[in-house]
Amino acid sequence: MAVEEQQPRVNVSGEEIHLSGPFLLSTERPDLEPAARAIQSGSGSVVIKDMGIGEWDSTLMTIVMRFHEEAVRAGRELNLRNLPQGVQRLRDLALAIPPRKGAERKEKRKGMLESIGLHAQTNWKETIGFISFLGEVAQSLGRLVRGKARFRAHDVWLQIESCGPQALGIVSLISVLVGAILAFVGAVQLGMFNAEVYVANLVGLGMVMEMGALMTGIILAGRTGAAFAAQLGTMQVNEEIDALQTLGIPPMDYLVMPRMIALAVMTPLLVIYANTLGILGGATVGILMLDIPAQVFFIKTFEMMTGWLCLQGLIKGCTFGILVAIAGCMRGMNCGRSASAVGQAATSAVVSSLIMIVVADTIWTLVFMI
Amino acid sequence: MTDSSPKSPPPLRVEELEMRYGSFLIQSDLTFHINRQDIFIIMGGSGCGKSTLLKHLIGLVRPAKGSVYYGETDYWGGEEASRQAIMQNIGILYQQGALWSSLTLAENVAVPLKEYSDLGAAEIREQASYKLSLVGLAGFDDFYPSEISGGMRKRAALARALALDPEFLFFDEPSAGLDPVSAKLLDDLILELRDTLGATIAIVTHELASIFAIGNNSVFLDAETKTMIAQGDPKHLRDHCPDPKVRTFLHRGEL
Repeated sequence: MAVEEQQPRVNVSGEEIHLSGPFLLSTERPDLEPAARAIQSGSGSVVIKDMGIGEWDSTLMTIVMRFHEEAVRAGRELNLRNLPQGVQRLRDLALAIPPRKGAERKEKRKGMLESIGLHAQTNWKETIGFISFLGEVAQSLGRLVRGKARFRAHDVWLQIESCGPQALGIVSLISVLVGAILAFVGAVQLGMFNAEVYVANLVGLGMVMEMGALMTGIILAGRTGAAFAAQLGTMQVNEEIDALQTLGIPPMDYLVMPRMIALAVMTPLLVIYANTLGILGGATVGILMLDIPAQVFFIKTFEMMTGWLCLQGLIKGCTFGILVAIAGCMRGMNCGRSASAVGQAATSAVVSSLIMIVVADTIWTLVFMI
Repeated sequence: MTDSSPKSPPPLRVEELEMRYGSFLIQSDLTFHINRQDIFIIMGGSGCGKSTLLKHLIGLVRPAKGSVYYGETDYWGGEEASRQAIMQNIGILYQQGALWSSLTLAENVAVPLKEYSDLGAAEIREQASYKLSLVGLAGFDDFYPSEISGGMRKRAALARALALDPEFLFFDEPSAGLDPVSAKLLDDLILELRDTLGATIAIVTHELASIFAIGNNSVFLDAETKTMIAQGDPKHLRDHCPDPKVRTFLHRGEL
């Protein structure tokens, strides 16, 4: 036995490979290339000799396995009899079950055409999924109208509570601030014409036609849409949705309908609330900072506010609510069966809600203009 | 549960079933039947499609080919109404229990009763308590699934599966994640249910102890050939199956 060394060494000597020193995860890894080359170039069996191996762990084994691979490739045999007891047995254990054919998944580099094609296929599948989900929602709605849908009224109340009253705080804060911002922005321009009084009209119009509904939609997308996707996704992971299905209870009726009803009912109410608070926020700025008399401000505000304008905002809000419910429920119901899939479902529920909200907003605005 | 005349068809029959996920073949050419009051084991190595077969039997997945017959009725051949009727006759214990997490144990058991019976609220509560006490969970009515242990959750899920006194019971790996004593208790419960309720039971499992303790009929799925390679009483297969793969499996690889 050689003197105990601090560095692992791999030396080639003729057809033998000499190992010495400690082979630990914490020590440096020796250069294996000369030995690998020696295995490749020689013939007959390769003897690996223990020339004073100190402590060793899996590091030694990975080296031996590397030699083994090289030897197999060169059609030679590896003689390990000289190595510490256990090394040979560990090698045999590692080789006991041959790698499963086809188990190695090689990431092929995809060409541009292939990537585009795959992308198109995924998008197509998603579109089909979306349409078939809409179809199922429609069927479920049909059952609801005929009074045959099966869900618990209690669930509707729970959902209404969580997407309505519990959202009041954040809706209040955001609406007041948006109203105030509208007033500030309006004041900058209108001030140039000494027409600050029209800030009232701007705030009223802006909130009722647009911002009230849009902000409520965005809040619902982040708060409620994500929650729907996560709840239903987790139920999917826990097989709870399978359990409903095998009882013959359509999950669409039992899980999706209460959520859609809750949002369809609560969103218009939230929009009215948001409009009111937004106007109050704008009024605060107008009255306190722009010195518009309170009376004048409110007279101006109500002057331009027709029932039709308010209805526009409500129609938008209602649409947004339904879109958020659809996106959230669809992502949740189509969720995969793992924890990360639930996260993805929540994320994509928010993203698709936002996209759909903005697109729907544009469409409605155009329709109302004509 | 009524006794059937010897000539009546087997209550559950699978014919030339082929299972696929997309283009990926899982199993094909499955033909077997389950007799009344059998405890039928679906066994095989990991990843051979046992749970998938179960999903096909309970109608969660539509077969790529072949059919599943309940008595004389082809499950997928009929109308939605006939599927519903069959489903009401099936109780399922999912691998994770799959209790609805927003409902208490009693409410979980009550859902099928509310859907499919004309019982009043008080009677449903009584039924739910009774079913819970059958599985040894008396007094846990108002607990939520997240508040009880894994073994208790499985038993609660069993109570829900029993809610409508189904003729068929399906178990997906009932003893997975349970300690040996709880697993044994669950096995005893399964035997007891078969004897008292007269149910026909199919179980997906690879717990040898359970297989020999309660199984009296079985099918063995093979992952390599992608079809069934044996069927019959597992105790008989252990020693007399011509296929060494099955004997090795049933001997824990010590052949």
